Amino acid sequence: MSAAPTPPSEEELPAPVVQNRRWVPRLVWVVPIAAAVIGMSLLVRNWANQGPRITISFLSGEGVQVGKTLVKYRDVAVGRVSAVGLSADHQTVVVSADLSKDVASLLRTDTQFWIVRPRVGVGSVSGLDTLLSGVYIGMKTGAATSRERQFVGLENPPALPHGPHGRELQLHATRAGSLAIGAPVYFRQFQVGRVIDENLLPDGSTRVTVFVDAPYDGFVKSVTRFWNASGIDVKLDAGGLKVQTESLAAVLVGGLAFDDGPTEAVPAAAGTPGEFTLYKNETDAMAAPDGNPHYVRMRFAQALRGLEVGAPVEFVGVNIGSVIAVDLGYERQDKSFPVNVTAKLYPRRMGLAYSTLAAQGKTESDETLAAFVGTLVNRGLRAQPRSTNLLMGTLYIALDFMPASPRVPFDASIRPLELPTVNGTFQELEASVGQLVKKVNNLPLEKIAADLHTDLTDLHETLSEIHSRMLPSAEDTLSALHSTLDSADRSLDVASPLQRGVTETLSETRSTLQAVRELADYLDRHPDALLRGRRPQKMPERPAASSSDAKP
Amino acid sequence: MTALRQSLELGLSLCRTCGLVVPRASLRIDRRCPRCRSGIEQRTPFSTEKTLAWLIAGIVLYIPANLLPVMHTSGLLGEQDSTILGGILEFWRSGDWDIALLIFTASVAVPFTKFIAIGLLLLTVRKSSRWQQHQRTVLYRVVEFIGYWSMLDVIVVALTAALMQFQVLGAAEPRAGIAFFCAVVVVTMLSALSFDPRLIWDRPA
Repeated sequence: MSAAPTPPSEEELPAPVVQNRRWVPRLVWVVPIAAAVIGMSLLVRNWANQGPRITISFLSGEGVQVGKTLVKYRDVAVGRVSAVGLSADHQTVVVSADLSKDVASLLRTDTQFWIVRPRVGVGSVSGLDTLLSGVYIGMKTGAATSRERQFVGLENPPALPHGPHGRELQLHATRAGSLAIGAPVYFRQFQVGRVIDENLLPDGSTRVTVFVDAPYDGFVKSVTRFWNASGIDVKLDAGGLKVQTESLAAVLVGGLAFDDGPTEAVPAAAGTPGEFTLYKNETDAMAAPDGNPHYVRMRFAQALRGLEVGAPVEFVGVNIGSVIAVDLGYERQDKSFPVNVTAKLYPRRMGLAYSTLAAQGKTESDETLAAFVGTLVNRGLRAQPRSTNLLMGTLYIALDFMPASPRVPFDASIRPLELPTVNGTFQELEASVGQLVKKVNNLPLEKIAADLHTDLTDLHETLSEIHSRMLPSAEDTLSALHSTLDSADRSLDVASPLQRGVTETLSETRSTLQAVRELADYLDRHPDALLRGRRPQKMPERPAASSSDAKP
Repeated sequence: MTALRQSLELGLSLCRTCGLVVPRASLRIDRRCPRCRSGIEQRTPFSTEKTLAWLIAGIVLYIPANLLPVMHTSGLLGEQDSTILGGILEFWRSGDWDIALLIFTASVAVPFTKFIAIGLLLLTVRKSSRWQQHQRTVLYRVVEFIGYWSMLDVIVVALTAALMQFQVLGAAEPRAGIAFFCAVVVVTMLSALSFDPRLIWDRPA
C-alpha cells in the first residue's frame, strides 16, 4: 500500500473492498460439532454396552440396597440393583437390576435368582461373607433356550449354586421321611451327592430330586435302588427290636442311600431314565420286586383277638403278604359270627415255587394265581391263625399244607379268592394251660403251709430253750475250768513252795537211795556184817561213800 | 436523557487493548492501533456466530459431563461411581447441605446461568433490542466474572484423586465426566470472550 499525500474526500474515492475470509471464523463451528460427536459417541457406546435390565420379585427385600447390592454369578459381580419397589398388589418386592452385557445370554426362562444372606443350618454354614459386605443376589443360569427378563426369586438358595458336574435324579416315594434339602446321599456309607429339591406332587406322592456328583454318578445304574436312610428307624415287631441308621449326620439331617439292587430283577419303574423309586428302608429296597398284590379272603370260625391289620401272612414260613382288613361277618344258617380276614399277597415272594408252579400262565393275572392256589388247596393248603408270641398274644396267618384236613371245594372264579381255613391251635393250648392252672389251684397249698408253720414254730422253741438254759451253765463250767487251769499254772511255777518241796524231797530220796546202794554193796562184800556188825573201813579209795550216811 | 452518540455515528473506533480512540478513516489504510499496534475492529467480526458456536458446544458437552461419572471411589465397603448430581444428592442426604449447596452452585447453577445469560444476550443482540441495555452489559460482566468458578468441581475431583490413595482401604480415581465438565467451563468462557458487548448498544440501521 502506498500512502497518499493528499487524501481525497471520502465521496470521491471508491471504498476499498475488504474481503473477509469468511470460512476462518466459521471454523469455530467445528467445536460444537466435535463436542456433539464425542458426546454422542459416548452415549452410544454407553447405551451399546448397557446390559439388560431385569426384574426379580422376592417376598422380602431385606438388606437389598439400590446401587450397592450386586448380582453375582459364580461369585463374580455381573450387575447391580438399580431399583427396589413393591409389586402392584403389594405382595412382593420387585428388585430391578442392571446386568452387564456379557451375561445377557444367561438370562433364560429357568435362570434362578436368590438373595444370599448368612445362613447357619444343621448341615452347613454359608454366606458368612455377606455379614460384612451386605447381601448380594446370587444367580444360577438354567438350561432353557428362551430368554426372559422377569424372574421370581427363590426364597432359599438352591442346593447347587454353581452347577457342578453330575447327574440329577428324580425319586418317587409315598412319603419323604425326615429329609431336608441338602441332606446327604450315600453310596456304601460314602457321601456322593445331596438332596436338592422336594416336591409334593398333585397326587399326594413325593418327588425328591437328588444330585449325584460327577465321579460317582456312574454308580447309578438302571438296577440301582434308593432308600431312605433318614434318622433312626426303630422297629419293634414280632421279631424283636430293630434300630437302623446310615450315619450320625443322616440321623440329624436325614439322608438317602443307594446301591445296586438284585441284578436279575426287572428294573423298577421302567419309565424315563433318571426316575427311581425311593424305598422306605434298605430291606424294602433290596427285596425282589413284589409285583402287584393279589387279594384273598379267609373266613375263620373262631375269635381272632390279636390279629391286627398288617399282620404277616406266611406261606410255609415265608412272608408273602399282610392282613389288610379284619371284619366280622354273620352266617345266617348257623347264626354264627365268623371273622372275615382280607389279605394282600405278593405271589412273587414265593419265588421259584410260584414261577415254576405257575409256569403255564406266564401272564401275572388273577387267573394264574387262582389256578395256582386251586392246585395248592387241593393238596391241602389251609389258612390258619397262629400265635407269633405267647406273651403278646399277636397272631399271624399261616398258609400251610394240612393233608389230614377234609377236602373242601375251591371256587377259582370268586374274586377275591377265598381260601379255606382251619382253626388255630392256640385255643387248645389255652385250654391245656387252663388245666394246668386248675391243677395248681387244687394243690393243698394252705395245709402244707400250716404244717410247715407248726414245724417252724417248734424249731424256734427248741432253739430259744437252748439259748436260755444251756448257754448260762456252759458259761459257769467254762469259768471254773479257767480257775482250775489258773491254779495249776500257779502250782507248777518254779518259785512255788510245792515245787521247792518236791525238789528237796527228790534230793533226799536220791541221798537215801545212795545210802541204800552203799549198804547193799557193803553187805555184798561183807555178808557177815549182818551178824557181826560193821568193821572198820579198809578201803580208803571210797572214803566219802560212807562217811556219815553209810550207817545202817 | 438524550441518547448518547455512538462511535459509529461519530466515525471513531476504539482500541480495545490500549483504549485509544482512533478515527475510522485512518483504519482504512491500516487496521492497527497507531499506538499499540494491536488490531482494531469496529466490531469483533462474527462475534455472535462464534459465541453461539461456543455456547452450543458448551451445552452439548454439559450433557455427558452430568451423565458420566466424575469420580470412582473404592474401599472396604464396596466401589462406587459418582456423578455430579449424585454427589450433590449424597451430600444433601447426609446432612452436609452447605457443601451440597456450594457444589450445586458451582456445577449446576453457574453453568446454567451462563447458558441462559449468553443465550439471552445473543437473542437480544440479534434482534437489535434496546431493552435493558445497561442491565445486559452488567449481565455480560457477571458472566465473564463467574465463569471460572465452575472449575471448583474439577479442583475437588483433582484434589480428592490425588490425596485419597490408600490402596485397599480406599482410593479415588477421576472419571471421564470431569474432563467433559472442565471442557464445559473452558468452552463457555470462550463463548463469553467471543461476545462483543458493544453489540448490546448498537442501534438497528
